[in-house]
Amino acid sequence: MELFIIFISAAIVNNFVLAYFLGICPFVGVSNKLSSAISMGMATTFVMVITAIVSWLLYNLVLIPYNLAFLQIPSFILVIASLVQFVEMFIKKVSQPLYRALGIFLPLITTNCAILGLALFGSMREYSFIENVVFGLGAGAGFTLALTIMAGIREELDLADVPKPFQGAPITMIVAGILALAFMGFAGMI
Amino acid sequence: MKKQVTLQQEFIKGVWDNNPVLKQLLGLCPVLAVTVSAINGFAMGLAATFVMFMASLIISTIRKTIPPQVRIASFIVIIATFVTIVDLVMKAKFPDLSKALGPFIPLIVVNCMILGRQEAFASKNKPGRAMLDALGMGAGFTIALVILGGIREILGSREFFGLQVLPDQFEPWIIMILPAGAFLTLGLMLGVVNMYTDRKKRMEHESIVAHYKRVGREELIEELEVK
Repeated sequence: MELFIIFISAAIVNNFVLAYFLGICPFVGVSNKLSSAISMGMATTFVMVITAIVSWLLYNLVLIPYNLAFLQIPSFILVIASLVQFVEMFIKKVSQPLYRALGIFLPLITTNCAILGLALFGSMREYSFIENVVFGLGAGAGFTLALTIMAGIREELDLADVPKPFQGAPITMIVAGILALAFMGFAGMI
Repeated sequence: MKKQVTLQQEFIKGVWDNNPVLKQLLGLCPVLAVTVSAINGFAMGLAATFVMFMASLIISTIRKTIPPQVRIASFIVIIATFVTIVDLVMKAKFPDLSKALGPFIPLIVVNCMILGRQEAFASKNKPGRAMLDALGMGAGFTIALVILGGIREILGSREFFGLQVLPDQFEPWIIMILPAGAFLTLGLMLGVVNMYTDRKKRMEHESIVAHYKRVGREELIEELEVK
């Protein structure tokens, strides 16, 4: 039950994109086509789960026992960067179709603040190992959800008559605002 | 021959022409997240400016010794070092502010604005220019954050920098301090900036057309339209 609440909380109530503003760059950049939004969401979820596992191990088995918690930021970012590189090489070797689906999005994920945010939140809230993995899964699901909804809306938006100065980024922001309002309806759930 | 850019322009371009937030849409995560009040926005702006300034200084100084293959990783390590300094100093000196900004101070590491400036500017220019560039970009970033934070704070809690500016009769717009308010305000701000830029461009265009008409060179106008 505890795990279920963590999952729902990360995915819907405290959605990473719409409540914490993490990962706005890909949210604005990749959300103009539904198919690429889904691929990006899946790639991010994948990296998030792996990050949740590795960052928990790093923090609780290396940084804490050796009193190095102040090195948290540089060590997390280095681990994430090399992890993404490693995952990219691994997928390329093992599954070509998966590589073609996720490939171009993987390098972008390194500088996605949602990933580092996930690692930092995990260590701040002192989750247990299983909780942290579920948290990563939930955050990834929430990211995919927000990205997919946004891409769906933007595909329709292309046909709408938007005032010229508001075309592109401004209208995307306003749509995201309305979406955030809608997600606030879940606030009372937990 | 490269076009000469004066030192002054180097600074000014970050404040308006290439404003990281309003024109380039870089580093939006902290922009939206911390601007519940003007003071938070200001603190975030200063922190990011400091990190960018120091990173630009170091990277432009050692730009010739960094091997190009590992430059991104080196930039990130240098940036992460200064972010750690800022994080620890803020925790010690301004615990309240540090709590309000939460994980967004550590998240300066992955702010694409800072990495972008190192890649696009500091790694190719002398330290003096790189420092000015970082200061200009930082100033532009801070100004955008303070404006956004100010609008949200005034409408959402009737205050500006903690001082009450609207009378008690004014019902605060709660939505402004909620996440949705950040998106809406930034969207409207971007729209207004675009509107202003478009109008300026159109006026420039019209003045050129008028000039050509005055000197009787109508064929140049057509050329301009084609462009």
